Amino acid sequence: MDFLNALVAFVNFVGVPAIAYGSQLAIGALGVTLVYSVLRFSNFAHGDTMAFGTMITILVTWWLQSLGVSFGPLPTALLALPAGIAATMALMLFTDRTVYKFYRAQKAKPVVFVMVSLGVMFMMNGLVRFVIGPGDQRFADGERFLISARDFKAMTGLREGLAIKTTQGITVITAVIVVALLFWFLNKTRTGKSMRAYSDNEDLALLSGINPERVVMYTWLIVASLATIAGVLYGLDKSFKPFTYFQLLLPIFAAAIVGGLGSPIGAIAGGFIIAFSEVTITYAWKKVLTYVLPESLKPDGLVQLLSTDYKFAVSFTILVIVLLFKPTGLFKGKAV
Amino acid sequence: MSEPFLIGDAMTGGYGKGPDILHECTIAVNPGEIAVIVGPNGAGKSTAMKAVFGLLNVRSGAVRLDGEDITSLSPQDRVVKGMGFVPQTQNIFTSMTVEENLEMGGFIRTDDIRDTMEQVYDLFPILRDKRNQPAGELSGGQRQQVAVGRALMTKPKVLMLDEPTAGVSPIVMDELFDRIIEVSRTGLPILMVEQNAKQALEIADKGYVLVQGRNAYTGTGQELLADPEVRKSFLGG
Ligand SMILES: Nc1ncnc2c1ncn2[C@@H]1O[C@H](COP(=O)(O)OP(=O)(O)OP(=O)(O)O)[C@@H](O)[C@H]1O
Ligand SMILES: [Mg+2]
Repeated sequence: MDFLNALVAFVNFVGVPAIAYGSQLAIGALGVTLVYSVLRFSNFAHGDTMAFGTMITILVTWWLQSLGVSFGPLPTALLALPAGIAATMALMLFTDRTVYKFYRAQKAKPVVFVMVSLGVMFMMNGLVRFVIGPGDQRFADGERFLISARDFKAMTGLREGLAIKTTQGITVITAVIVVALLFWFLNKTRTGKSMRAYSDNEDLALLSGINPERVVMYTWLIVASLATIAGVLYGLDKSFKPFTYFQLLLPIFAAAIVGGLGSPIGAIAGGFIIAFSEVTITYAWKKVLTYVLPESLKPDGLVQLLSTDYKFAVSFTILVIVLLFKPTGLFKGKAV
Repeated sequence: MSEPFLIGDAMTGGYGKGPDILHECTIAVNPGEIAVIVGPNGAGKSTAMKAVFGLLNVRSGAVRLDGEDITSLSPQDRVVKGMGFVPQTQNIFTSMTVEENLEMGGFIRTDDIRDTMEQVYDLFPILRDKRNQPAGELSGGQRQQVAVGRALMTKPKVLMLDEPTAGVSPIVMDELFDRIIEVSRTGLPILMVEQNAKQALEIADKGYVLVQGRNAYTGTGQELLADPEVRKSFLGG
């Protein structure tokens, strides 16, 4: 019984949150990895792209709510999501035409592109704060739990409860759908294959008559969708705050690099590795350990390796270790 | 003399803003012919091929295809016009399967490409067995077959090959030459750079010896093979 309680406590406080967070990071990292493999630079504006898409989704959610529209037990934001994606697509295409295209024509070095993306990041950052403000926004509505801790305890008779939030369920289901669609697109469609070809060998793609501008356009459209979906899922699960989204850049890049920049599978694996590391290292293990250890070994403290304030140190440490020992990441990406 | 099907005429030019690599260099090919470019390393053979394909700017001179001046067309537009090119290096998509490589070769086509793919598989049967394998996992000779196959997928009107036999064993080389002759028999003009000058000139209808970006000798393959100067300097006696 104690063992079951320990297991439930573990799943409740570590497993479920890490799977949800890992899915969000994975979708974010897929966007970063796509930009890296097709446009060949690390896009520092990705966090703020997520913030922009989420902001539009929140604004449309508020508007829908004011009209009395709801999505039953599901968050209204899911109805607003397509609008958020469309607006972000427009913003990406606009940014590409006005900014990145200029540097592409110059055949600028990747490091120049990285700096340019920093500039784009500050612009988007300002835009989002200007429109919605720097504060915290909660926009999740509908049913709060798929299973609440109380129901779970009543059902099983265990002392520990297992709660699964609706947003966590939605996150995982959406992630599975998004990843399946993305892989289908990249591996089965003509356009998807041409993106892979362009990423593999730009010159040969040109010699095969693949139009680079079209590849770039499709990439931005997909990246806009991925960024908005990742941002909205994260915001539903936690809350929306522009600064937090900027900070997400670190775990997202860590995920993409750990998995191997340019490798979609790697981005997904990396997302979960980062999420599980972050959650397990910042979790106070006292409860779980109390169940499984004999009386004499009961921990006195919280058994928390790092305070949650330092959670970014986890991504950073993993990032440094990977760059030192396996710079191409787990799935043979390109070296940074 | 009538105008050749494809001609890079008196091309002068180099990379970017760098010095000229080609000086008044002329190469041409006609239907049913194999034209071979030979010359020492760094002579500008690859550069001449790239110039004909529009991958670098020619400062003077012209490129004409079937009588039409295409000097100012982009490489993509030249593909659409019917030119196929296999570069010397990085000539396959290593992370994609053999079949996907061929599919990408036929990217610009809007009609059914399966017949052409079958023809490529008939030409290079080993590729049919390896169709679902990443091209980067093939041997050097097999990769060259993928590279040539990819270029054939557009059903080009002229095929340009930059050292198709680079890094393959003598047996595979003979095999590849046989395949190239087979392709040429269909009437497809082939312009090719070769390191194995002797064998290449033997199958060549026309040969060009380039030295430091200039045409040093030009003639039929047999003429060049018989020329004592050429023999002494380029064919090892
Ligand atoms: N991308 C490039 N940028 C600048 N210079 C180049 C480039 N590629 C080749 N060159 C220069 O152009 C000259 C001719 O090179 P090219 O590759 O055409 O020789 P090649 O005859 O094909 O030699 P090989 O037999 O070794 O393939 C060389 O001096 C080389 O340094
Ligand atoms: Mg060469």
